[in-house]
Amino acid sequence: MNKLTQRLDKERLLLGIAAPLLAVVAALVVTTLVILATGKNPGDAFSDMVTYGFASDSQVYILNKATTYYLAGVAVAIGFRMNLFNIGVDGQYRLAAFIAAVLGGVLTVPGWIAIPLIIVCAMATGALWAAIAGVLKVTRGVSEVISTIMLNSIATAVIGYLLQPGKLGELQQGGTLVSTKPLPSSSYFFSIDTGPAGVLDGFIVVAVIVGLAYWFVLGRTRFGFDLRTVGQSESAAAASGVSVKKMVATSMVISGAVAGLIGMPTLLNESHQYDNSFPSGIGFTGIAIALLGRNNPVGIALGALLWGFLERTTNHLEFQGYDKEILGVIQGVIVLCVVIAYEVVRRYGLKRQQQRVGAELAAQAAAPTKKQEVA
Amino acid sequence: MKILYGMQQPDEGTITVAGEQVVFHNPGDAIARGIGMVHQHFMLADNLTVLENVVLGAEKLYGIGGRARAKINEISGAYGLNVRPDVLVEELGVADRQRVEILKVLYRGARTLILDEPTAVLVPQEVDALFANLRDLKAEGLTVIFISHKLGEVLSVADEITVIRRGTTVGTVEPKSTTSRQLAELMVGSELPTPETEESTVTDVPLLTVDGLHLTQTDLDGVERIILDEISLTIHKGEVLGIAGVEGNGQSELVEAIMGIRKPDAGTVTLDGTDITQAPTRDRRESGIGYIPEDRHRHGLLLEAPLWENRILGHVTERPNSRGGLLDIKAARADTERIVRDYDVRTPGIEVTAASLSGGNQQKLIVGREMSHDPKLLIAAHPTRGVDVGAQAAIWDHIREARRAGLAVLLISADLDELIGLSDTLRVMYRGRLVADADPATITPEELGSAMTGAATGRLEHAEDDER
Repeated sequence: MNKLTQRLDKERLLLGIAAPLLAVVAALVVTTLVILATGKNPGDAFSDMVTYGFASDSQVYILNKATTYYLAGVAVAIGFRMNLFNIGVDGQYRLAAFIAAVLGGVLTVPGWIAIPLIIVCAMATGALWAAIAGVLKVTRGVSEVISTIMLNSIATAVIGYLLQPGKLGELQQGGTLVSTKPLPSSSYFFSIDTGPAGVLDGFIVVAVIVGLAYWFVLGRTRFGFDLRTVGQSESAAAASGVSVKKMVATSMVISGAVAGLIGMPTLLNESHQYDNSFPSGIGFTGIAIALLGRNNPVGIALGALLWGFLERTTNHLEFQGYDKEILGVIQGVIVLCVVIAYEVVRRYGLKRQQQRVGAELAAQAAAPTKKQEVA
Repeated sequence: MKILYGMQQPDEGTITVAGEQVVFHNPGDAIARGIGMVHQHFMLADNLTVLENVVLGAEKLYGIGGRARAKINEISGAYGLNVRPDVLVEELGVADRQRVEILKVLYRGARTLILDEPTAVLVPQEVDALFANLRDLKAEGLTVIFISHKLGEVLSVADEITVIRRGTTVGTVEPKSTTSRQLAELMVGSELPTPETEESTVTDVPLLTVDGLHLTQTDLDGVERIILDEISLTIHKGEVLGIAGVEGNGQSELVEAIMGIRKPDAGTVTLDGTDITQAPTRDRRESGIGYIPEDRHRHGLLLEAPLWENRILGHVTERPNSRGGLLDIKAARADTERIVRDYDVRTPGIEVTAASLSGGNQQKLIVGREMSHDPKLLIAAHPTRGVDVGAQAAIWDHIREARRAGLAVLLISADLDELIGLSDTLRVMYRGRLVADADPATITPEELGSAMTGAATGRLEHAEDDER
């Protein structure tokens, strides 16, 4: 019996890896065709990507990018596990980073108090912004997709309004740029200097902790079990004693709190202020990465690294005379393929397991002496 | 069945219709060959008329107007179906809806009818009427494939019986020369179980008291409908209270109100001396209510989760599943192994998903799970629906055994034999009210059936005083 269990397990693992692998391979094929169509040599492009992507300065750049993307992926994945589509991660993290930057600019306390305060403030802002969508869904039945999209726009408008000289912004660099008051250097997060390769953001440590917490809470706690139950079947969850509404609101808040962290590597490790050049759209990147990583903490990490790698290397391709739009093509195809591949693999897996169980039981029935050996 | 109707492709083997070997790629092919299927769950649009439902998807045959109506009347008359084309489907009862389904199939020119568990939702009188219809169809030269778990019905209606067990044909018999016992033995491979409880274990300690439960629901048209009307009942320790009734008369809502999934408008629920009217579902479960839901796929299982996670479902706050706020996965898995062993869940292991088990084994897992937390009260809604005879007997045994240990059981079932055989007290539910009660020792399914249609109320024949 044990053998079969192991085999099923191994098979499930194999199937789990098959989908993203399939998607990436399909994306490579499509990319090859696209590059061929533009009359250039895809082989050179790929070899350039690999050599450039694995250079040590690229590695640091990719890790820094991936830190941000990983947090975004986890924020989205929390919603996904609940069957909630939190498109609002984008607005949540931008508003959170903005408010946290304002707070960080005016704080005059030592760094070891200021940094935690800034981080908590960001998480609270993100959580509150997400809570609006959660409460609307629970009390009025408003789809979280619609409300979070609108909240994204509202966040943009709110930031635009407040980020003006005389309000919460101030003029910088001879009047060309408006930003929040820069953080004092005592409030910078620690970073690791890797020499010529560049500076590694210390926030990567926080990202790892978030990943561990995500894995532990979902897989090992009662709360996580309830959350997954609601995601798999609302009716079964209600019958088993989970308050579905409370769970929806709670997970929206948690998703928003994690979303609040997304802007922190940039704010605390790099820009130290919020201005119009603060990266935007990472919430949507998070959706792609969560899909690619199957909401799995390790999967999301791999997805985040892949995304960072693609961005770094395709930027470089531009200098080699290739079109930089190739990045969009690769990423788009990967996401599209991932969605299709998962569904195909999931159905195949279910069907296969059913057949296996059927065959196993038929074999047991045929040999009645072994029938009771089910454990 | 799915293969015959073209919904699934066979790996091997052939289908021959009227001497001609055929391959069905989809239900359309099957319909073209004159095969029609009446599903267990009706596929009718409530807000359309019978005529509209029948022509839906078959507009090309006879149009959607007078010609279609004439054809419907013709078929209806020829087979004695007694279908009125211009009535809205929502106004029809279950039996009438079923006749509409049959007519739909005939309208599309079917010569072979597949009926999947057609009697599950009917009362005995309606079953007789259906059988009369089937005999008419047969007399007109049509072929009927009748799929059922109920042996008596198969024996009374069929000309030839094929028994399928675990995906293989185990025998084909003539009903004239077969008894239901022999048939059942073919089905299980062992002797026939009966749902009879031996000696009474009823005590006079009330365990569950429901008093004046009232529930209304506003439907889409803004009309307020009374779902539960002044429901009062008491179940004592060691007592099985059976509720008979045609489905949709408020049984599901009653169960959900007792479980705390629905909030009643008025009334109280008391469990073992504690008022739990306001308690959330989880508290009720923790205080000792076991729940076998009527729809195991929707309410009882996480189909894509492994068995051991399904073992945790509903009891996540209790040992052995968790300690403090943390899951105890090791203990939960070990206990799943125990349930699989003790309740004879046929599975290659506890890592397989719940979806890959057969219905009977899924149900055994649920029963095992609910029995593993020392329930004081077990709410069993259709505990043996869609379950093979062997598993049925096992489930009955478990209920009986727990009853001897002082368990109170609220049993809701459409299987009247099961109700009469297991219950100590019987109540009949009709349109949200408990309209009649009966003594299971003397009542017959026919008598119960007439109360289920609202024809008889009050105390049924020979009924003893009911403890209200």
